[in-house]
Amino acid sequence: MKMHEYQAKELFRKFGIPVPQGLVARTAEEAFGATKEIMGPPWVVKAQIHAGGRGKGGGVRIAQTPEDVKKAAKAILETPLVTKQTGPEGRKVNQVLVEQGVEIDRELYLAVVIDRAKAMPVLIFSSAGGMEIEEVAEKTPELVLKQLIDPGTGWMPYHARTPAYSLDPLPDPDTLKDLMSLMANLYRAFIALDCSLAEINPLVVTKDGKLIALDAKINIDDNALVRQKDLKALEDPTEKDPLDYKAEKYNLNYIRLSGNIGAMVNGAGLAMATMDVIKLAGAEPANFLDVGGGASEEMVTRGLEIILEDENVKAILINIFGGILRCDVLARGVLAGAEKTAIKVPLIVRLEGTNVEEGRKILQESNLKFMVARDMVEAAEMVTAQVKKTA
Amino acid sequence: MTILVDEKTRVVVQGITGREGTFHTIQMLKYGTVVAAGMTPGKRGRSVEGVPVYNSVHEAVKYEGVNTSCIFVPPLFAADAIMEAAAEGLNVIVCITEGIPALDMVGVASFLKGKNSVLIGPNCPGIISPGKTKVGIMPGPIHRPGGIGVISRSGTLTYEVVDQLSRAGLGQSTCIGIGGDSIIGTSFIDHLTLFKNDPQTEGVVLIGEIGGTAEEDAADYIRRDFRKPVIAFIAGQTAPPDKRMGHAGAIISGGKGKAQDKIKALEEAGITVVRNLGKLGESALKVMTLSNGGR
Repeated sequence: MKMHEYQAKELFRKFGIPVPQGLVARTAEEAFGATKEIMGPPWVVKAQIHAGGRGKGGGVRIAQTPEDVKKAAKAILETPLVTKQTGPEGRKVNQVLVEQGVEIDRELYLAVVIDRAKAMPVLIFSSAGGMEIEEVAEKTPELVLKQLIDPGTGWMPYHARTPAYSLDPLPDPDTLKDLMSLMANLYRAFIALDCSLAEINPLVVTKDGKLIALDAKINIDDNALVRQKDLKALEDPTEKDPLDYKAEKYNLNYIRLSGNIGAMVNGAGLAMATMDVIKLAGAEPANFLDVGGGASEEMVTRGLEIILEDENVKAILINIFGGILRCDVLARGVLAGAEKTAIKVPLIVRLEGTNVEEGRKILQESNLKFMVARDMVEAAEMVTAQVKKTA
Repeated sequence: MTILVDEKTRVVVQGITGREGTFHTIQMLKYGTVVAAGMTPGKRGRSVEGVPVYNSVHEAVKYEGVNTSCIFVPPLFAADAIMEAAAEGLNVIVCITEGIPALDMVGVASFLKGKNSVLIGPNCPGIISPGKTKVGIMPGPIHRPGGIGVISRSGTLTYEVVDQLSRAGLGQSTCIGIGGDSIIGTSFIDHLTLFKNDPQTEGVVLIGEIGGTAEEDAADYIRRDFRKPVIAFIAGQTAPPDKRMGHAGAIISGGKGKAQDKIKALEEAGITVVRNLGKLGESALKVMTLSNGGR
């Protein structure tokens, strides 16, 4: 789960990580009002959306007067923000963060993530802050320092000393000390909040030697949200596609895509592979939908409903390899879904695996109009032929 | 021979009294697996389909001589269950559970270091040596005994592949689902190393997906050290970046973990990569016939 910058900063504050003074505003007037409580000028007005690359898209603006803050907030809130992650249509911004401006002396990078291969948290530190870390790692790998943290011992002071003392020139002793305790605090937050990412970019050293997390990014491990209920409550539903959000409530793995073939598959790997086969056949999938290895009849029905709510869908492909999810259960779910939604687009079904005969029989004996494919390739070709016909 | 599990495997099902645990215990028994014990704390004395239930893995080892575990406990209790099984020295631990927090698995991975237990999963379908035993949830009847080793990060995708192999006349020595999470017990390389020394295994099918670098690492290992023919498939060739494709581990982030990079690494190591999943059985037969193996 992703969080907004202002939410991440509130959490950082609780863990003793200094952040700029700031207030969230939903209107230009609120942003204007915020300047009375926040030190300035200058002020910084920042769009609060999950997509990265806000700065380049005009989502971060510096203002010298309260009137300018108002104007900046208005501009950000009124026009959809286009960044390289939002797509050309951009994304509507619902709130801005108004912050005190900071006099920057130096920009650093600090993050904690999990190293998958090593199965350990890793602290990543760089003297090249303010840039994309992937880019820094590619061009100047020597500037990216990593410290693996052994879960058996937990955080040790050397995890901070080694990267901090690598800075050249070295900051003042007080700043250095603050930096090392900030690193420990970020690790503490990472563990306590079940993060998959905790990132400060840039972490700035101000002209008077203070450290401030100018930006903040926290992603929470989705699998841990069951024990992080307070954090789950911070989720912003407007950041998600409405269909994605609905699917999540039904416990379905659904991701909306831009094509016109609705696909329902059991299992994530097979669902990805089905998307690939559709594309190879010359069409575009409208979604990724994994109803799960052990889906119930109801989940299948809900899945079908969600596919049909996407008005781009011109044909549906159901590809099921029955394992835990039996083909007869799938067939009943499809029939229930078809009854509720009145499917008007061509439906291609490919069934295999546990109880396949029973599943096929249930479908054949119903009033449902559908076509049967023998295998995945045939299914993809059939569904592609259908959308080409209607186009 | 097969790898890791065979007819001598004696399984304890952790979480046997739960819905999934009971259902799959029945399925495993039907397949011929020796499910020697079940384990649910506080439920000793019960039996599930004739399988005696114990309070701890310790008791299951003591009274039934189990050497392998199959775990069906809920996500927040799974790390504890894995560690319990490893602490009792079981050879193979199969964790089916999906949704274990990553930091719990960090603890498990650290705990397992220096121990002899092999962890398969979590978030996996398990392991099967066709005709001998299955420890997991895969449908038994699609498998045939034979010479192909299968290693996969996915569940149903593996069934699809195995079904195609069986239809093409290519039986399997052992099929392993290593799991779809970002932190898993064993990698492609761990199992390739075992297949390398297994005389029954004549070739390997490797099924990867987007996210992480496990496939690239496997390609590197195969290039250096693996002489049997390998056929690979990578799911997610058309997956968009920054979206978790169902599996916690299947995500392209920071430009890393793309299918194209994996396919390139595998092909550079001389591995046949099948682009269209529907043609995997066919391609495997071709590769195995060329190398005179597989039947």
